[in-house]
Amino acid sequence: MQPFTIVRGPAAALPTANIDTDVIMPKQFLKGVDRKGLDRGAFFDLRFDGPYRPREDFILNRAGWRNACFLITGANFGCGSSREHAVWGLSQLGIRALIGTSFAGIFNDNCQRNGVLTITLPSAIIEELMMHAGHAETNEMTIDLPAQTITVEATQLVIPFDIDPLRKESLLQGLDAVSATLVHHTDRIRAFEQSHRRANPWFF
Amino acid sequence: MGAPKTLYDKIVDAHTVHRLDENGQVLLYVDRTILNEYTSPQAFSGLREAGRKVWNPAAALMVVDHVNPTATERTLAVADQEAARQIDYFRQNARDFGIELFDILDPRQGIEHVVAPEQGLVMPGMVIAAGDSHTTAYGAFGALSFGIGTSDIEHYLTTQTLVYRRLKTMRVSVIGLLPFGVTSKDLVMEVIRRIGADGATGYAVEFAGETIDALSVEARMTICTMAVEAGARGALIRPDEKVLAYIEGRPRAPKGALWTEACAAWLSLRTDADAVFDREVTISAEEIAPMITWGTSPDQAIAVTGFVPVPDQEPDIVRRHGMERALSYMDLRPGMAAGAIAIDHAFIGSCTNARIEDLRDAARVLRGRRVANGVRAMMVPGSSQVRRQAEAEGLNRIFIDAGFEWRQSGCSMCLAMNDDVLAPGSRCASSTNRNFEGRQGAGARTHLMSPAMVAAAAVAGHITDVRQFVRED
Repeated sequence: MQPFTIVRGPAAALPTANIDTDVIMPKQFLKGVDRKGLDRGAFFDLRFDGPYRPREDFILNRAGWRNACFLITGANFGCGSSREHAVWGLSQLGIRALIGTSFAGIFNDNCQRNGVLTITLPSAIIEELMMHAGHAETNEMTIDLPAQTITVEATQLVIPFDIDPLRKESLLQGLDAVSATLVHHTDRIRAFEQSHRRANPWFF
Repeated sequence: MGAPKTLYDKIVDAHTVHRLDENGQVLLYVDRTILNEYTSPQAFSGLREAGRKVWNPAAALMVVDHVNPTATERTLAVADQEAARQIDYFRQNARDFGIELFDILDPRQGIEHVVAPEQGLVMPGMVIAAGDSHTTAYGAFGALSFGIGTSDIEHYLTTQTLVYRRLKTMRVSVIGLLPFGVTSKDLVMEVIRRIGADGATGYAVEFAGETIDALSVEARMTICTMAVEAGARGALIRPDEKVLAYIEGRPRAPKGALWTEACAAWLSLRTDADAVFDREVTISAEEIAPMITWGTSPDQAIAVTGFVPVPDQEPDIVRRHGMERALSYMDLRPGMAAGAIAIDHAFIGSCTNARIEDLRDAARVLRGRRVANGVRAMMVPGSSQVRRQAEAEGLNRIFIDAGFEWRQSGCSMCLAMNDDVLAPGSRCASSTNRNFEGRQGAGARTHLMSPAMVAAAAVAGHITDVRQFVRED
């Protein structure tokens, strides 16, 4: 997993609430057995009008936002299906962080597992960030994860954010959760399993 | 004696292998998973690349359900090359990792959330995590169950655990009895409308009260399945005698002395009397009417007797913008009556509403009636077992005589990953769980409702109140 430390780049606003994972990654891109090529599918129906003809009204197709690496999102972004393809696609599109008022649970976990930082902030701050992200002259931002700040480069507006230490550490190091659990907890899991089996023999 | 606890906290505590921090993150033991062909392949590839084995292959079941065709005649061959490749890899993974597979032609095949309870694999007090968001279904049995992504499937398969953050708790108390013609689908749609599509984000929700107690286990599964549409990452209903009766005698249910012991343990699983929830919501069942969605988010719902909302009357700008966008996508006029919405497609299916009781409800409406001209109507049973049961009861004749296609089981047009896809611009009355843009096909429009309401709409050719089609016995 790619570590997240300090990332600088343009931000794009997607103010609509409840953007679901069907919209982020439509069904026709879910039929692979690997993670490849999902950048093509990300926001497909919003991005393209017909086969790969870019829609001018979609923010990520406009000069100044084509290389966006942050999205400022409306409430409940990523709701719906558990498909991790949505996060793989965003990541392959170059999106490194999402900043919004709320994220759906499964989607949020999927972001974490793929090194995509999600930052939750109050709606007044999100609106302010969306305003800056809405102009090509002010949409350049820097996210400093060690310092836990977002900086709007044009105005040097600095917005601090919270993140719990475990999540922060795994993002900073790009930790592989499976290896970490195996290395640190295998014996504990075995011991737990034995007592769990004694307490609930019908589960096994 | 410690402090009073909720059912949710009891199950999490009983599955905590290790506390990872002081913020509620734990290593959570997971009892079981069910794998499907589209969210699991990359997880298995991860195991292959690392040369790892599955921790406990017996604690997983693999079911083909998302990409298989549901055409009336079932074949092992799948024409869609990509779908065929996913199913082939799924089979290879089942073989190589020693996990039981219900393949397309298996008489036990069906939608994973219908199949697992049918087999007796879901038990009160379990933790079940699986690569499908509607895994919340098993809360109807008093199991903590939730959807996970592919990375977490790999974590589960390798370690039998997940890195899990404890949720806040919400109780939805439903008082009174549902009026005639109103189902648990209408109830959960009203809950979602009331609290919003993110109303339960960050929460595990316990549904309680006399209304819930009076519902069948299948009706409760509809509620728990849909709870994720309000953002819930866990929906719980305390297990009772109905749950025991449902499980007893199923292939994987405990037998003999173990069964007796299990029943005693399961019936003691409940929220303590003085336990405190982070949020309490109370709903009166008597005020609920049959519901439909008019928009593109499950909380954009109204009673069938109501009217499509008028955005200009919405003070909140984000909500107003959302309504305008939804009305434009759905091609509806603000203020129009729900009953004025004409449909050209009717779909009964999905993990939410394609169990035997759902089929009986729809058949009651369709008996002696015909689907309206210009409406294509599809009936996709939740599992092969449901299909056989319906045929044994003669329900298939009612559907076929009414003009419905009597199909094989699978997820089908709930998410349209297989070849059951709506054309752009079509409008579907659907017993499914998501009305997102493009969900049933790019540019297609979905109105969610109960299976009986879908049947009524199919007959009328437009959305209509099912209570005009059925009489109270």
